[in-house]
Amino acid sequence: MRSRSEDRKFAQRRVRGVVNAGIAVALTVLAVSALFVIVGHIFVNGVGSLNLDFFTKIPKPYGETGGGIAQAILGTLAMLCLAAIIAVPIGVGTAIYIAEIGRGRFAQMVRFAIELLAELPSIVVGVFIWALLVRNITGYSGIAGACALAVIMIPIIARSVEEILKLVPDSLREAALALGTPRWKVVLFIVIPTVLPGMFTGIMLAVARAAGETAPLLLTSLGNAFFNFDMRKPMAAMPLQIYSYAVSPYDDWHKKAWASTLVLIALVAVLSGAVKFFTRRWKHESH
Amino acid sequence: MNPIRPLADIVRNRTAPENPSANAGRSITVRSLSAFYGKHKAIEDIDLDIHPGVVTAIIGPSGCGKSTMIRCINRMHEVIAGAYATGSVLLDGEDIYAPDANPVRMRRRIGMVFQKPNPFPTKTVYENVIAGIRLNLPKMTKAGYDEAVEKSLRSVALWDEVKDKLHSSGASLSGGQQQRLCIARAIAIEPEVLLLDEPCSALDPTATLKIEDLLFELKEAYTIVLVTHNMQQAARASDTTAFFLADERHAGHLIEQGPTQDMFMHPKDQRTEDYISGRLG
Repeated sequence: MRSRSEDRKFAQRRVRGVVNAGIAVALTVLAVSALFVIVGHIFVNGVGSLNLDFFTKIPKPYGETGGGIAQAILGTLAMLCLAAIIAVPIGVGTAIYIAEIGRGRFAQMVRFAIELLAELPSIVVGVFIWALLVRNITGYSGIAGACALAVIMIPIIARSVEEILKLVPDSLREAALALGTPRWKVVLFIVIPTVLPGMFTGIMLAVARAAGETAPLLLTSLGNAFFNFDMRKPMAAMPLQIYSYAVSPYDDWHKKAWASTLVLIALVAVLSGAVKFFTRRWKHESH
Repeated sequence: MNPIRPLADIVRNRTAPENPSANAGRSITVRSLSAFYGKHKAIEDIDLDIHPGVVTAIIGPSGCGKSTMIRCINRMHEVIAGAYATGSVLLDGEDIYAPDANPVRMRRRIGMVFQKPNPFPTKTVYENVIAGIRLNLPKMTKAGYDEAVEKSLRSVALWDEVKDKLHSSGASLSGGQQQRLCIARAIAIEPEVLLLDEPCSALDPTATLKIEDLLFELKEAYTIVLVTHNMQQAARASDTTAFFLADERHAGHLIEQGPTQDMFMHPKDQRTEDYISGRLG
């Protein structure tokens, strides 16, 4: 038999539980609704300007309506590809060093440096690449833009891949080591295959983040109103296009800024969705 | 009644291997071995003789350094950051701690099975068995791999249970099957010694018995060292037993070593008797 005071205590606890859960749900709804409001607003404002021309044509001069942002889509994809080619090996390699090989002081220092790099304001990355490459070597170019994006991506990749590698239980490494496997083979053939889907997710995270970066590109790839397949020349990018449309005084360009934003968000969503889909299928097949 | 009696009863009556010299197994001679985790000393000044053709059990309470001891035999101890060992471990006279000894090569000759079954989760049963061959031995033909898989799985009495699901994930097997798969994986590269670090502590009694029976078969071909915290298991499965203990003044050290039957019926040291009869640890 429970006493009366115990009954009261239980009732109080139940109330407190319900209140706490209610607060948590309310805050979750708030957080998620922010996303829905943003995406919804962009969709409503941007979808009207979407048509085939928007994806296939370059911008029209001032005052003319129509045209598109094809050169910016192309530039963003080209620079993201090159940036990923630069950043993935460096980022993954750093993560493997920190998580699997490095021991003691130096590995700690590398981890700290990566954290600092991740927290660097992106405009600083732009200034750095401008001083390092643009000013004397490449000029404003797609290559310089890709390098700036790569600098943004490296720490994100390194940190997320390191976290994923840490999730691999040591018993797995020991199983392989006990078979007389050299450490590099353990990493390459046992640890990495186990975390491959997670690694792709981390890389996609970095790509998505770089896809939306504007500040580093302002000082490196500069932007371009025309088709440009040469990465040694200034190159357009969607965030730059959004920026220049958004600050313009023309209504039509404001609409195009919304539409470009919608396309950028959709591009990132499609990219990460595709990676999720393929890694999941790959995982099923290997089982 | 002597509390040791019931335990002594389950010691199997065994005959010495008929022809020990024909065994493929090697003798292991441990001399003044100490092992450290950073500044902490885990085992101290161990002298131990491990003979081929028999199962040597290492028993002792938790924290007595028995796992550390066995991990020193194939140089797995040092893969933990800050861990190192001093002294010597001779494998048929060859010091595996010699300055020019290569730990990776040594581990190929001295297989190990761990406490928790740890098959490679992304690999199939088939791939798990040949993982060591594929990673570390010269390339083989498909038929060679097939043969190695069947041979290894048969010698751990797992072939009949898994021959129809060789290409499903190793993680899909039961715990006991997974552990036998890990033993198959260890013997597929044909080591000379097999170390088992509490191989049954995560298994149910039936699976445990299967593994113990297996050790009986395997000791013909391999020198076997079995670490266990389960005295019944040592009594059932081993021929020789070594008792380890750590106390306030000393890190884990060897108290006594001898034939399992003698050890359980007439322990020489009072501390051994205390432990075996359940008064200690």
